[in-house]
Amino acid sequence: MGDIRFEGVSHHFGDDAVLRDIDLTLTEQRIGVVGANGSGKSTLVRLVNGLVSPQAGRVLVDGQDVAKHAREVRRRVGFIFTNPDTQIVMPTVREDVAFSLRRLKLPATDAAARVDAALERFGLDALADRAAHKLSGGQKQLLALAAVLVAEPSIVIADEPTTLLDGRNARIVTEYLGSLHQQLIVVTHQLELLEDFERVIVMEDGRVVADDAPGPALELYRAAIR
Amino acid sequence: MASARISARDLAQIAVFAALIAALTLPGAIPTGALGLPITLQTLGVLLAGAIIGPKKGTLAVVVYVALGAIGLPIYAGGTGGLGILFGPTGGFLFGFILCAFVVGWLTARLLPRYPFWPALGLTAVGGILSVYLIGIPWLAVTTGTPIGAVALGMVAFLPGDLIKVLVTVSVAKAVHRAWPGLITPRPWGRRRDGSSTDATTAAVDA
Amino acid sequence: MNGFYHPGRSLLHRMPAVAKLLTLIVTVTVVAFLRSPEALGIALAVTTLLFVVAGIPPRLALRAVGPVFWVLLIAVPLNGWLVGWDSAVIMALRVVTVVALAGLFTLTTTVSAVLGAVETLLRPLPRVDADRVGLLLALTIRAIPLLSEIVGSVFEARRARGVDRSLRAIAVPVIVRSLQSADELGDALIARGVDD
Repeated sequence: MGDIRFEGVSHHFGDDAVLRDIDLTLTEQRIGVVGANGSGKSTLVRLVNGLVSPQAGRVLVDGQDVAKHAREVRRRVGFIFTNPDTQIVMPTVREDVAFSLRRLKLPATDAAARVDAALERFGLDALADRAAHKLSGGQKQLLALAAVLVAEPSIVIADEPTTLLDGRNARIVTEYLGSLHQQLIVVTHQLELLEDFERVIVMEDGRVVADDAPGPALELYRAAIR
Repeated sequence: MASARISARDLAQIAVFAALIAALTLPGAIPTGALGLPITLQTLGVLLAGAIIGPKKGTLAVVVYVALGAIGLPIYAGGTGGLGILFGPTGGFLFGFILCAFVVGWLTARLLPRYPFWPALGLTAVGGILSVYLIGIPWLAVTTGTPIGAVALGMVAFLPGDLIKVLVTVSVAKAVHRAWPGLITPRPWGRRRDGSSTDATTAAVDA
Repeated sequence: MNGFYHPGRSLLHRMPAVAKLLTLIVTVTVVAFLRSPEALGIALAVTTLLFVVAGIPPRLALRAVGPVFWVLLIAVPLNGWLVGWDSAVIMALRVVTVVALAGLFTLTTTVSAVLGAVETLLRPLPRVDADRVGLLLALTIRAIPLLSEIVGSVFEARRARGVDRSLRAIAVPVIVRSLQSADELGDALIARGVDD
């Protein structure tokens, strides 16, 4: 169960203000973040695992300041990126999943068991010793999920996980995401993904312009982009 | 080398450029097109490693490339690989590549931030090409008992191709460094480095 | 990406990689200093015997030595003409033997075994992070198909559009996409705790 707080968070890249004085408390299990490109939504979620450090304000995850405790926070937060290819860091499927466990220094048999379980959960066990680059885009995103889940995080963030996938693979990945027990935050353009979510935050120009249940929030968003 | 360990971003850049050299060297990397001339792009990859990511990371990228080929991947010219190539008569060129990336990277840092085209072309050509042959030619001469002069003469045929690759490298470097100023720390000539200049590993700028 | 390893159960295959590497270096050094055609002939014969013991098919053995063929094609006559045929024979025997021995190492040692040997040899060094080196090597192996795809697709995109396909026109997009990939890989590594 996660508790994420943004307190007076601002950030800019060069001369562009990307986030303006954000105050948010995220405790719900299923949270969606939407917004146009450049609205700050990707930067917002990258603050949670410390990929970006805010220039003003602070971000707390379960009471820990991410800037000061990045290592501990990252053990609890898993991140799925948009591009299926560039989040694979090891040559084979099994090696990539196992890579997530190396800093836990588990005994070899325990690590192997967890890797096998993760592979099986996402239907990758038959592909375990295959070269990871030979997988389809959808399979690669499932590999990313397996590599994240094997470390047993309490929070999972997905930044446009289905944007580069075709319809069928997008649905498969969406289903797996839905089956997670962790607190899940999803940034997406595909609004249908968020229908069963508890809360949707709409970003525009670095600010939160809507923060509500999916129905009202998405209606506002659709109106804004028309 | 800074005593702090190499950052994740630097690791990624080194790996990508080492892989780029391998990818460019693989047979059939780019179909040879209208002219039908077989071009080995291996040297181009080495030059780019130095010119784009600098003396430290670029050199490491070439070291990784040579090491992986020596370890047994078929990424040397012609799809060959293994210790036999490294120990053989042409092994010196592989070490020459390492020197080349360092020299080109070092020169590029000195030419930044202005990176004037013609001086860059001249310096990169001389520094880069000389580096490769400085080690490659003596090594080949000694292992095959051939006089150095004869070997050097044999290399002349490769010079036009080498010059083209240097031209491409310098053109690309000029464009890339203008768009992304943070890739290499500029250390231009004619300006004293004051004692407080930091020598931290250059992290990639958030694009 | 597959290496040149040829599977087998011979003594050479089962020898630990570090010991094998050190033995190779010593052996190659000895061969490099042999002076007489007879001694080198024996060395080459022994090397050939090792290939047989290791169960390497002749085709692969020849491929291991193949790359030197073109060099020798020019160097042997040149050496024979300039220095003498004795010298040329000695040189040829030496080069072939050294390259064959080194090639035999590669044929009887898997890529991961060599990677392990590299890490073992680096571990005692004070300023070298052996884990980081291992990560860097594995990351590069993973990246090779990624970069092949970038190079290929940039070329294809230009060809499809009938646009300038010169080396210069291809190199810039390749470098740009390579840097972007490096950025994203860096993000993924950080997210997985590599910098912690």
